[in-house]
Amino acid sequence: MRARSLAAAALVLCATATQAQTIAITGGKVYPVSGPVIEGGTVLFRDGKIVAVGRDVAVPAGAQRIDATGKVVTPGLVNAATELGLVEIGAVSSTREYGAPDAQNGIAAAFTPWIGLNPTSILLAPAREAGVTTVMVSPEGGLISGQAGIVHLVPGTAEDMIMRSPVGMVATLGPGRGPNGGSRAATLLKLREVLDDAKAYRTRRADFERAQIRPLAASRLDLEALQMVLDGRVPMIIEADKSSDIQAAMRLAKDYGFRMILAGGAEAWMVADELAAAHIPVLTGAMNNIPETFATLGQRQENAGLLNKAGVKVSVIGNAGGGDEDAFNVRNVRFEAGNAVAYGMDWDSALRSITLTPAETFGVADRVGSLAPGRSADVVIWSGDPLEFATQPERVFIAGREVTQPSRQDLLEDRYKTLPPNYRAPLGKP
Amino acid sequence: MRHIAIALAVGLAGCAGQTSAAPAPAPVTTSATSRSQTSDSTARIAASEGGVSVPNDNPFPSTYKPFPSRPTVIRNVTILTAAGPTIRNGSVLLRDGRIAAVGASVGAPADAVVIDGTGKYVTPGIIDTHSHIGAGGVPDDNGTQTNDVNEATNPVTANVWVEHSVWPQDPQFPRSLAGGVTTLQVLPGSANLIGGRSVVLKVVPSRTVQGMKFPGAKYGLKMACGENPKRVYRARGPSTRMGNVAGYRAAWIQAEAYKRRWDKWNATHQGDPPARDLGLETLAEVLRGNILVHNHCYRADEMAQMIDIAHEFGYQIRSFHHGVEAYKIADLLARDSIAASVWADWGAFKMEAADAVRGNMAMLDHAGVRTIMHSDDASGEQRLNQEAAKAMAEGSRIGLPVSEDEAVKWMTINPAWALGLQDRIGSIEVGKNADVVLWSGDPFSVYSRAEKVWIDGAMMFDRLDPAHQWRTDFELGFVPANNGGTK
Repeated sequence: MRARSLAAAALVLCATATQAQTIAITGGKVYPVSGPVIEGGTVLFRDGKIVAVGRDVAVPAGAQRIDATGKVVTPGLVNAATELGLVEIGAVSSTREYGAPDAQNGIAAAFTPWIGLNPTSILLAPAREAGVTTVMVSPEGGLISGQAGIVHLVPGTAEDMIMRSPVGMVATLGPGRGPNGGSRAATLLKLREVLDDAKAYRTRRADFERAQIRPLAASRLDLEALQMVLDGRVPMIIEADKSSDIQAAMRLAKDYGFRMILAGGAEAWMVADELAAAHIPVLTGAMNNIPETFATLGQRQENAGLLNKAGVKVSVIGNAGGGDEDAFNVRNVRFEAGNAVAYGMDWDSALRSITLTPAETFGVADRVGSLAPGRSADVVIWSGDPLEFATQPERVFIAGREVTQPSRQDLLEDRYKTLPPNYRAPLGKP
Repeated sequence: MRHIAIALAVGLAGCAGQTSAAPAPAPVTTSATSRSQTSDSTARIAASEGGVSVPNDNPFPSTYKPFPSRPTVIRNVTILTAAGPTIRNGSVLLRDGRIAAVGASVGAPADAVVIDGTGKYVTPGIIDTHSHIGAGGVPDDNGTQTNDVNEATNPVTANVWVEHSVWPQDPQFPRSLAGGVTTLQVLPGSANLIGGRSVVLKVVPSRTVQGMKFPGAKYGLKMACGENPKRVYRARGPSTRMGNVAGYRAAWIQAEAYKRRWDKWNATHQGDPPARDLGLETLAEVLRGNILVHNHCYRADEMAQMIDIAHEFGYQIRSFHHGVEAYKIADLLARDSIAASVWADWGAFKMEAADAVRGNMAMLDHAGVRTIMHSDDASGEQRLNQEAAKAMAEGSRIGLPVSEDEAVKWMTINPAWALGLQDRIGSIEVGKNADVVLWSGDPFSVYSRAEKVWIDGAMMFDRLDPAHQWRTDFELGFVPANNGGTK
């Protein structure tokens, strides 16, 4: 991508034209993810959609051919736990958009952070050029933080980018959550109270409007938002680490009949069979083994692999805990998957855990996550094994358009690769 | 994001009305008294290997002794020596705590343990110049009181020594060892302009921090630029970057005067010695070259100012830390022989980190700067090899490739230099301490893990043998035995 970045301004102008083209990527080792690997396969796409994938795909006359011989071709990566587009500079509060409005009181079920999505965020380009093409964006804070959405990293407006929303209601179990800190049992009690009141609200909306009902435990907007969880349209994404917290969350899901996705899940491996039996997908990482809190004493890098072996649908997300992996380093999710392999997950599952599995988990597998006809043409050509550090994402297509916009980091590197810095555009450039 | 949480917590502590004056002066101790409390051997080590020219120069002496070892040969292995080209299909002999032989083949004593390294790699033990483990222990839930990193009560706390915060039972130590880390420098945090003394530790089980201290290692001094000090002390000052600089200079001016008083008394021993001041004592030792400066600094322009301050007062900055903009002033760093301890790809979490680029290391390395992969993070510390691999890949991408022979130096001999230990650790050369890692494969591959780790010739970690997997006191009963990434 480096060679192209200096001329990027010109290429951006061409991108619209590129979209309409028919493109055939030929000769590569193609991992459709939804099916077996194809040696010397062709991926054909037109008007932003994949048309055909296989060994014997006829390439129409006039199609642009890209030779990927010796390369690896995969779907664009899906990162299932980010704040991309909701934060620019973490410490600059005016650029943070993921905070729930009512986090102080703990309940912000109606909060939809993607309304504030920044389509010009400088953090989008580093993710795109690294082959991440779809992300889940999540609110943060409180007991019920708000709603998560799926964002497609196409260039465009926020509306163009929001692929599906909501895809989950985010809640957190553990010590000291809820309005005034407090115990685990108090947190659960608060959640049950809110869910009970959401049920009461459902059957007595008219009474609520006439103020002929006792005070309810959440605002009208929040009670309204919780209906989609209670009626099963949207899963509850529960962040919990301690095995007993995970079990408490599963009991809650059973009692209230909602669908559940587990996020974090440091000790999920201890209850892997229960999670598998309840068909609860898990979002977790493979690079944390530190007992950072009393809720994560059993944290280990084998977690993702053990869950996968037990039959749990695992989406690998960043969780090393230090490297800003939900924003600037969303791009590192492929290395998290590589570490999952080092700690026991098979390679195919690891690739799936950052493509099709998260797409399935959030209900967008008909759009992204695999190379199959009808899917968005989100395609990455890699110089080699996509989970390896040395491998470069050589060309990235999102909805059929090649990513050409250089990141801020690319521009800085170009400027400072020679000292003294080149504060002017290189000679000969417009 | 954990570092941000810590930093913000510090911010709260710092503006919670803390207005303590300068620390109470330490009791005056005569030179004769404290000398008599110092054993001859430690005094000799102190004088020759980085101790300090003050009345009581080594009050917390290292009690580290190498663990029992057997002569060990690793054969048929790829050796990244950090001292020359890769040796393929080579051998290395560890004996009596030292690297006794290395090459295409080595003679092995009859009683040697022989390890077949086919398909595997050997590197020197990994060295991290920037750790907080032990001082910032885990678990760190509210109330555990395990975070003793920042003495955020005064912008200048040169008087504190971070070793007094180190909890040897922090479960992060064995995890770093399992990542191949054999030596690390624990630093005070970055809340303060001058945060205090660092300590260099061997990553070994011990009841006491003294039992982990690297014998004869020089102390370091932690300094910090930019956002953290001015945020923490915004209510009482410094509250601006210019306030930060005034604060450093005021401290060094005091230190110069203190050093003059003591140098004069040391020369004559006439009359009562000057009153001791622990903070000024440390700063004076920096001015004498006995303590190495490790300076947290993100922005290029601030690093250039810190270099001028070092010139003004006649000390050397041994290494900048974090240095996300170091690539912008690679020429200045090379000119002044200042090492750059940096990350592979952290950035954008605060304004002064916004210009972080993954090409930082490759650009620094190509400019002739002594480049170091540091962690500042207990998780990253376990995978400095992976961080280096990311930085190598970016070098390739921008046309500044870095070989494995060079990149291995980022986490071995270069940090050894930053700690003043380059003659003892950091490379696979005959006579060096036998701090060695056997990797399951190429250490720059995501699939490779440290399989065995030796410190001073003693096997301290074996991923394949639970008997060689250190579990801290804390972990017993609290942490499942099959945890820790060690199996």
